[in-house]
Amino acid sequence: MTTHKQEQAPQKLSDMPDESGHFGQYGGIFVPETLMEPLNELNQAYVHYFQDQDFLAELDHDLANYVGRPSPLYFAERWSRELGGAKIYLKREDLNHTGAHKINNTVGQMLLAKRMGKTRIIAETGAGQHGVATATVAARLGLECVVYMGAEDIQRQALNVYRMKLLGARVVSVESGSRTLKDALNEAMRDWVTNIDNTFYIIGTAAGPHPYPAMVRDFQAIIGREAKEQIQEHEGRLPDALVACIGGGSNAIGLFYPFVDDMDVSMYGVEAAGHGLETGEHAAPLCAGKPGVLHGNRTYLMEDRHGQIIPTHSVSAGLDYPGVGPEHSWLKDIGRANYVAVTDEEALKGFHDLTLTEGIMPALESSHAIAYVTKLAPTMDKEQLIIMNLSGRGDKDIHTVATIDGIEF
Amino acid sequence: MSRIKSCFAQLKENNKKALVPYVAAGDPNPEITLDLMHAMVKSGADIIELGVPFSDPMADGPVIQKASERALIYGTSLTDVLGIIKTFREDNNETPVVLMGYLNPIEVMGYEVFAKAAHDAGVDGVLTVDIPPEEAQTYIPALKEFDLDPIFLLSPTTTKERMKLICQYASGFIYYVAVKGVTGTSALDTDEVARRLKIIKEVTDLPVGVGFGIKNAETAAAIGKVSEAVVVGSALVNLVEQNAHALSNAEGNEKIIKEISQVLLSMRSALDA
Repeated sequence: MTTHKQEQAPQKLSDMPDESGHFGQYGGIFVPETLMEPLNELNQAYVHYFQDQDFLAELDHDLANYVGRPSPLYFAERWSRELGGAKIYLKREDLNHTGAHKINNTVGQMLLAKRMGKTRIIAETGAGQHGVATATVAARLGLECVVYMGAEDIQRQALNVYRMKLLGARVVSVESGSRTLKDALNEAMRDWVTNIDNTFYIIGTAAGPHPYPAMVRDFQAIIGREAKEQIQEHEGRLPDALVACIGGGSNAIGLFYPFVDDMDVSMYGVEAAGHGLETGEHAAPLCAGKPGVLHGNRTYLMEDRHGQIIPTHSVSAGLDYPGVGPEHSWLKDIGRANYVAVTDEEALKGFHDLTLTEGIMPALESSHAIAYVTKLAPTMDKEQLIIMNLSGRGDKDIHTVATIDGIEF
Repeated sequence: MSRIKSCFAQLKENNKKALVPYVAAGDPNPEITLDLMHAMVKSGADIIELGVPFSDPMADGPVIQKASERALIYGTSLTDVLGIIKTFREDNNETPVVLMGYLNPIEVMGYEVFAKAAHDAGVDGVLTVDIPPEEAQTYIPALKEFDLDPIFLLSPTTTKERMKLICQYASGFIYYVAVKGVTGTSALDTDEVARRLKIIKEVTDLPVGVGFGIKNAETAAAIGKVSEAVVVGSALVNLVEQNAHALSNAEGNEKIIKEISQVLLSMRSALDA
């Protein structure tokens, strides 16, 4: 089992994971035996098609014509001026078809599913963005699509549930455990284990058993590759800092990965501090958790002293997850990336700030990155450059924001 | 000789098959488990598989998921489970006990600390659903150092190559998952199981237990004809669910123990017929 990346000597940070899917002590394959062979098949397909020119050409074609790539790298001039520090560029993933970065990955995995001859697609979703992005590409190919979503999230994100239904997907309400994203993931795994012969499981974040963390990263890395070219066009040099929000971490790793060997570029992943890290009511495993094993990989988790996964809280359903992609755990431990957290309140302020200063309404997930940029930018020089991943648009969150602001329609 | 090994040796001598009930420790309350273990032995259990509750039981169907949730209401931890087994050993030094659960509680305790504590409590084997041998380079030696048998699963999707790899590391017995799917959901195909067991037998001399999908005395007897052990889980846990919280704990526990014992007795006589 070799991949195109692992044939080189593992000297660069971008050579990870190793052949068995490990990023240092993180990642790996921790699944019931029934899934080992299907994961092996998936890994072979992933390795094969990432070197297949026809596959890559079709992927590029779909990203350009269906998703609408490249997404702009927009200089937020007024916001930068108000913060009075570094120049801030926004990578506009919110302008993608379906309104977030999630579709980069679902378009890619769907092409793999098609080549592997799978006729049924399943996915888990938290905020519903990945569910919508999956239902969208399934509709395009006319494949059966089942999306697992926590009962709690179904209530919070009714609009996205309806969108998925309009797209022909069946949304299954998950009533077990904490009835949120992690339980939806458990349920999708159970479905997969039962229907492995015809079913492709499209995981939405850069977590899960190998090869998912690497594969999702590779599909999302288009974000960072474009940003790297675009910043050269705008500024003639690399940025000083990258900022992205982190739930499972797919938009962040998509931006970070193409810069990971550029050691002068700082990287900041922003987790959800919820009501505050000190309250315990948050979703910040990198900032306040410990390593453990969940959902097929070893990574930082929110867990109690007995190893039970504990409930998370964030105003943003997309960050409300007790784990994180294993590559982030590794980047944290080796000190290559910095992981920080902002509260619900700070994120909501970020939402309003960007809306008012730039006329761009961000998703509550992305608003966490915004909130951190408002702290980081003023500490930097006017010549310095920040690229922030604006991972999604805020339409889906307007109801949540209005409710918090005490407004009824 | 380990308890598991001598158990299978003795069964073989008597031309009998092992009946292996699974219950989740602490389900529906911590008081029941010790009495239930003794009752199961009386009703014909040869090996007890004790589930360690976990918040995210990815490989389990709804019946065992709910068992975990009920047990976690009382906070039943891995340490608590070991405590129950230690007490069980005060009156029973023969019946092998196998822990079945997920890796994270063991990971958090530390493999060595866990293995020592499990050995001291009187555990015989450990079946961790979500650790394949490829990830078990430190886990397996830790178990073996403390004379614990690492039990591994084989499934309908396991290739013969992988069977060889897994059987290299396994001891005690091999657990064959009879269906593609989670615990307790589908009906199994006895002929298909027999066909797969033949392949497994080409790879290993270890006894093979079959589980996932054994619902009653009839399927138990059919599977007993082709394997050395029959594992029954969801069918028993269903009885817990039906009686949990309906009555006071004491009355409910008594009823659960009675009903599980009846099912095991019927399976025992079907297996021995």
